[in-house]
Amino acid sequence: MSGILVIGEQRRGELRPVSLELLSAGISLRRAGEEVAVAILSDSPDRFVKPLSLSGVDEIVTVKVGAAEFDPDIFESAVGALITKRNPDVVLVAHSVDSFGYAAALATRLGLGFATDVFSVERVDGELVATRGGYGQKVYVEVDFPGRNTVMLAIRGNVFKPPEQAASPRITIFDTPPVQSRATGREFIEMSAGDDVDMTAAEFILTIGRGIGEEAKVAQFRELADAVGATLGCSRPIADAGWLPKSRQVGQSGKTASTCQLYIAMGVSGAIQHLAGMKHVSTIVAVNSDAEASIFSVAKYGIVGDIFEIAEELRKHF
Amino acid sequence: MKILVAVKQVAALDEDFAIRDDGRDVDSDFFIRDLNEWDDFSLEEAVKIRESSAEPVEVVVVSVGPDEADESLRKCLAKGADRAIRVWDTCIEYSDSIAIARVLAAVAKREAPNMLFAGVQSSDQSFASTGIAAAALLGWPHAAVVSNLTCTPGANLAVFRRELEGGLLHEVEIQCPAVLTIQLGINTPRYASLRSIKQAAAKPIEVLSLSDLALGAADVGEAGSSSRVRRMYVPDKARAQLIEGDAAQQAARLAQIIHAFKGAAS
Ligand SMILES: Cc1cc2nc3c(=O)[nH]c(=O)nc-3n(C[C@H](O)[C@H](O)[C@H](O)COP(=O)(O)OP(=O)(O)OC[C@H]3O[C@@H](n4cnc5c(N)ncnc54)[C@H](O)[C@@H]3O)c2cc1C
Repeated sequence: MSGILVIGEQRRGELRPVSLELLSAGISLRRAGEEVAVAILSDSPDRFVKPLSLSGVDEIVTVKVGAAEFDPDIFESAVGALITKRNPDVVLVAHSVDSFGYAAALATRLGLGFATDVFSVERVDGELVATRGGYGQKVYVEVDFPGRNTVMLAIRGNVFKPPEQAASPRITIFDTPPVQSRATGREFIEMSAGDDVDMTAAEFILTIGRGIGEEAKVAQFRELADAVGATLGCSRPIADAGWLPKSRQVGQSGKTASTCQLYIAMGVSGAIQHLAGMKHVSTIVAVNSDAEASIFSVAKYGIVGDIFEIAEELRKHF
Repeated sequence: MKILVAVKQVAALDEDFAIRDDGRDVDSDFFIRDLNEWDDFSLEEAVKIRESSAEPVEVVVVSVGPDEADESLRKCLAKGADRAIRVWDTCIEYSDSIAIARVLAAVAKREAPNMLFAGVQSSDQSFASTGIAAAALLGWPHAAVVSNLTCTPGANLAVFRRELEGGLLHEVEIQCPAVLTIQLGINTPRYASLRSIKQAAAKPIEVLSLSDLALGAADVGEAGSSSRVRRMYVPDKARAQLIEGDAAQQAARLAQIIHAFKGAAS
């Protein structure tokens, strides 16, 4: 068999946007005669048929499973059964928290080719070649999968543009035997607010990262942010250390700077999880002493220098 | 109770690094090595369980890596691990996360712990898959990105929270033994005291080879991996327009950008 199998992702009744990005990645890999199928696992998968009915998708596979939300045992078993039955060339999953919980286990068990955090994929002389980052995105790494009939790739979010045009793919039901999970999902808990700032509504954000070095330095940057009229944000280590409330953390597991137009990042390296919350901002200025820091690849303006010196000089202008 | 904590000595790159002649990795001369940040949190979590438990708990750290990795293992011993194991064999070079997981699973079979902790990912290669791959090889329940954990020695269930995108948490109960990958911020890792650093320096590190674990060359390295590095290169990325000059000049330009933004916004 051949073809491309995309595993869609849903949570609490909503299709996660990355699912549509995976479709585009799949479509880009399709060879003549090959089909792109997308499977969606849920206790009521039918409701996701409509949002997945997009141009380029040949088939939507609804997989009714015994849990409303992600469960590693149930997903591993159902996706495993699908792969075994269909033998696709390529299986695409999101590089997401849910996939972290089962994709590697499945790839190991079935002996699939496997790579994570893939942001580019192509065929070179017929062989699949995936590109991912290494050493804090300072290098790119091309990997291939010699001898593997099926390759599973976990694709980075916010890279592929979702297809826009609606279409009417055929719909297939895949029956999967019930499995007893060894885990029980209990409840979802929203991140507590911490303080009343709404990072998603801020137009101008000044973010501090681990480069500030110590908690005592936070006050200086808080004062600077006030003086220039910015909302103070932070990268994860600052929130984890309790130096600023979690509600100020920008990134994948924090807030997205949705309405921000000017983002100044000071002492932030630019890990992909941080970029996930801010790389779309039209004007990003990065201040970092490491000229190779990954943040400079998304910034419009860069200052290679010491954040304390820059902060002190900048303060004089306000 | 025994908790096995898988740790990695990661590499950050020196400013002027160079790619190795074979084009498949960075020249190790430019590596700045340290204990993986995530592993600091998973070790702390294990040590905390030991400290709050009435029954004895042993915390064993294991790393797959060459001699240099001893440095990180000693750091773990200084921070409270009871024992350290290092596995190495030159065939392990070029292993991807699944091949490394095979070694870790073999160590787990030998040690028979009640829990295996790993970091969510390593800061150098960011595979985010080693711990969960090891779970598959052990046949154990598993969960990734654990940001809160209640694990009582002797209990056959543990309760944890998975940290999802946007900071949403998902509370889950899991059967033990299990493999959990631990997220940053789950606790506040301690610093090692000078005294404990000294004591750790004197502690033995058990070194195992593949044959000690009944593994062969085909289980690791390229042969045992699910992917192969073809090429590593410095990307020709889009780059920020650099603001030149001394700090005063750079800050003056930044102030201009801010004033221009505020002018346009008001
Ligand atoms: C599932 C998951 C979710 C995550 N979610 C998030 C998230 O939502 N948000 C987030 O931020 N991270 C998140 N992370 C963590 C992320 O991977 C990084 O660990 C984190 O972003 C690093 O923060 P940082 O850039 O501040 O620190 P570092 O990476 O340590 O960077 C510090 C930077 O400061 C520079 N620096 C140091 N001193 C100075 C100085 N004096 N002057 C100038 N520059 C200096 C250094 O050169 C370096 O580049 C997540 C990780 C995972 C696995």
